Amino acid sequence: MNNPPDISQDPKEYEEYAHGIQKHVRAYLMVGALLLAFTVITVALSYVHFGTDKANIAIAMLVATLKAGAVAAVFMHLAAEKRLIYRILIFTGFFVMGLFWLILLAWYDYPIFH
Amino acid sequence: MEIPYTVSTRPDTGLWNAKIGIWLFLASEVMLFGALFSAYIFLRIDAAPGTWPHGLLNVPVGTMNTAILILSSVTVVLAWAALKMRRYRAYWWYMLATITCGVIFLTVKLAYEWPQKFEHFGAYIKPDALAKYEKYLGNERRLEKGLEPRIEITGHLHSQNATEYEVALDPVNAEPDNPQMDRPHFIPMPVTDKIATIEKADVQRATMFLPTHSAYFASYFTITGLHGLHVLGGVLVFTYMWLPVSKKLYQRNPEHLANRVEVSGLFWHFVDLVWIFVFPLFYLL
Repeated sequence: MNNPPDISQDPKEYEEYAHGIQKHVRAYLMVGALLLAFTVITVALSYVHFGTDKANIAIAMLVATLKAGAVAAVFMHLAAEKRLIYRILIFTGFFVMGLFWLILLAWYDYPIFH
Repeated sequence: MEIPYTVSTRPDTGLWNAKIGIWLFLASEVMLFGALFSAYIFLRIDAAPGTWPHGLLNVPVGTMNTAILILSSVTVVLAWAALKMRRYRAYWWYMLATITCGVIFLTVKLAYEWPQKFEHFGAYIKPDALAKYEKYLGNERRLEKGLEPRIEITGHLHSQNATEYEVALDPVNAEPDNPQMDRPHFIPMPVTDKIATIEKADVQRATMFLPTHSAYFASYFTITGLHGLHVLGGVLVFTYMWLPVSKKLYQRNPEHLANRVEVSGLFWHFVDLVWIFVFPLFYLL
């Protein structure tokens, strides 16, 4: 999905432009409804026991990641953004992975962990 | 001096400047919340059995607050789309809805959820005294079932003297052997009128549900507190853009206001995105 085009100064072209925005508005409403539905699903799934607590955590985080992805892609317009923004985010992703990697290091390094 | 590229795009980046600015800021925010979330994971995986609480937060209220935040994310993009179509009236209403959602979220958090925790009491029992309080803990049955032991007695602090606490018990400690208490409930159950007397000599530590209570509440108050500050910041910025002062900008250069709403909207969506992870991690799991 592309971002809405910039507004035209020509009144004739405005109609077409407004129509284009309306299409985006429909997408925003649909994603909003989807997010609300997935919130209910998240709550419901937490009362289903999937064998271990780890499995429950993994499933809840998977649903949360899907929701976050929808917010980022549609509301934050990341589905179609300029290359520079993606470059910034690749760096961020790299460093945030580093943060979580530190936990993994500690996990294998520190003898009191179980 | 005219600030360049507030509306037109810079030829080399293909973007107006504020958009790059907000994304760099959000990148730093990802690191900030990322550090707190990794601290949370670190604390949780190292928690001794029975020390990581479950089901202490109000799930229906948390779910409602999640829905309110999602709704506000929708209204803020609609506000922006209205500006793009040069419908100021619609923009004004959508912005008001967004601000209202933010204020409701904060009010629920600060006037209801947090104070409820501050009134709740928990006493961690010393390992060698656990057997003495078996009728409140039900650990024999839990051991048979392969469940984590209970080491804390919670409820409302009724009274205390130099040697004892009197606690009106939570249902989980009032009926510890009831299988319904093995997993948290969706609707929170009120404190019972069953009173337990706990000797202070048997208590490892006892506090209200404050950050000092446990690693769980320390991370809960830190992360939701920081998140709440972000909500407050968003509400303040949106209020400025909703006030008549911004209508002047709209009349002068509507695209400039639309771009301001877009970048503050990006911030708001990020705040929503953080909550999408906070909600299951603290309320549900």
